Amino acid sequence: MRLYWAVLAGSFRRHATYRVATAAGVFTNTVFGFILAFTYMALWEERPRLGGYDMAEALAYVWLGQALLAVTSLMGGGFEDELIQRIKTGDIAVDLYRPADLQLWWFSANLGRAAFQLLGRGVVPMTAGALAFDIALPEHPATWAAFLVSVLLAIAVSFALWYLVALSVFWLLDGAGVVQVAWLSGVFFSGMLLPLTVFPGALGEVARALPWASMLQVPADVFLERRTGRALLGAYGFQAGWAVALLAAGRALQAVATRRVVVQGG
Amino acid sequence: MALAAEGLRAYGLIAVMWIRSTMTYRFSFAMTLLSNLTVNFFDFVVIMIMFGHVRGLGGFAFGEVAFLYGTTSTAFGLADLAMGQTARVGRRVRDGTLDTFLVRPAPVLAQVAADRFALRRLGRVAQGLLVLVWSLVVLEGVDWTPVKVLLVPLMVVTGALIFGSLMTFGAAFQFWAQDGAEVANSFTYGGNTLLQYPPSVFGAELVRGVVYVVPLAFVNWVPALYVLGREAPAGLPPWAAFASPLVAAVCVALAGLAWRVGIRSYRSTGS
Repeated sequence: MRLYWAVLAGSFRRHATYRVATAAGVFTNTVFGFILAFTYMALWEERPRLGGYDMAEALAYVWLGQALLAVTSLMGGGFEDELIQRIKTGDIAVDLYRPADLQLWWFSANLGRAAFQLLGRGVVPMTAGALAFDIALPEHPATWAAFLVSVLLAIAVSFALWYLVALSVFWLLDGAGVVQVAWLSGVFFSGMLLPLTVFPGALGEVARALPWASMLQVPADVFLERRTGRALLGAYGFQAGWAVALLAAGRALQAVATRRVVVQGG
Repeated sequence: MALAAEGLRAYGLIAVMWIRSTMTYRFSFAMTLLSNLTVNFFDFVVIMIMFGHVRGLGGFAFGEVAFLYGTTSTAFGLADLAMGQTARVGRRVRDGTLDTFLVRPAPVLAQVAADRFALRRLGRVAQGLLVLVWSLVVLEGVDWTPVKVLLVPLMVVTGALIFGSLMTFGAAFQFWAQDGAEVANSFTYGGNTLLQYPPSVFGAELVRGVVYVVPLAFVNWVPALYVLGREAPAGLPPWAAFASPLVAAVCVALAGLAWRVGIRSYRSTGS
């Protein structure tokens, strides 16, 4: 346990050293937040209460998306780059010799990264959004805690998905294609571009049931206090269910993949 | 002129080399090309979903928004195909591998732009063109004149030049902020997203900013609004619709200058 805690803390510190990159990310999230917020305002002016949100809630949703984008690596850029590189170059063999569980190791590292991103790239754009627009904020202080739990579960689901993506490189040898498909699905099905409650008919139902929904739509609904009491437990259950299922799949795939590793002597 | 020709030749050679290398992983290439086609499709689906709920956005009908979308996406796709790889310059500055480019007898910008040339980005161009052609079919009430017909391909080309200049600016900026590639993204990707919607959606300051400060509006807004028979944004005169080539030329010149200044200030990592 101490080992994984050290990995987590180390990863947090490591990402904290990328100061210029963080500042650049904050700038980009803020710019996109403004662009999206204006399009949402045009949309919600035409159709007030679209998707069950009023204008202030829709605007909060925009900024939550920008705040969580890096945390749940909706567009990638999390740990997967490094893991894919290690699989491609064969460095993964060294990792497998370590007296540590591969999945748990990367999970801890990703958690450290996500924790830093939440502080580094989450707080500032959210504050900028709250200052520039009239956005809905939680009425009960306890909602903030409930939201953080949901974000934690979102990180777990995101990790599990990207871990599967990275492991696929054992077979495909080049990750570019799968990575792109993964971030594409992440952006669209998480509700990053438009809340999933606005998606029509069957597309909406499918999108709301997919794992990506736990990465933005569900935490946002917790934040906006649309999931309280029993519904909150339902939200957690949905996220935890996907996390467990996908982590288990990752574990199974890892077992098959590591049997394929051939260590070349030099 | 000789330098430009030499640059183009180097660019072509490097690009062909990377295309060959990509073709080694055929399955992965097919998947990236396909998903690249879908990239634009997915965010266009978002606009279609929006119009499933409303009749107009900022006073613009679906066909008009599709026209804006198609013109900016095609321009952006072309720029991204040709110059998108310059975003990697920061990484090369950080790890010192830019040095390899400096000792080769070919213009550095050409080498940097063609580095890991990604043919899959054609997917974005194809998708943008598809939406553009479709928008021309569904557009209603446009009074087509020969000038307006000519303006459509012209704005795609000049738009690509403006986006390409911004990417070069971003690359030059990396010589100072070695880790700040994302700042450039907010102007290129962000600009592309912005230009997909009519200017009436955005705040007046934001619109003035992309007309007079970072001239993104000349990628498509200014000429496209003329084609659609609407008023020019931010109080521009109607003839501004034809100023895009001039704006693009100025952007290209300034970007070239910025790149030159950037590379002169480059000091290797020396570790």
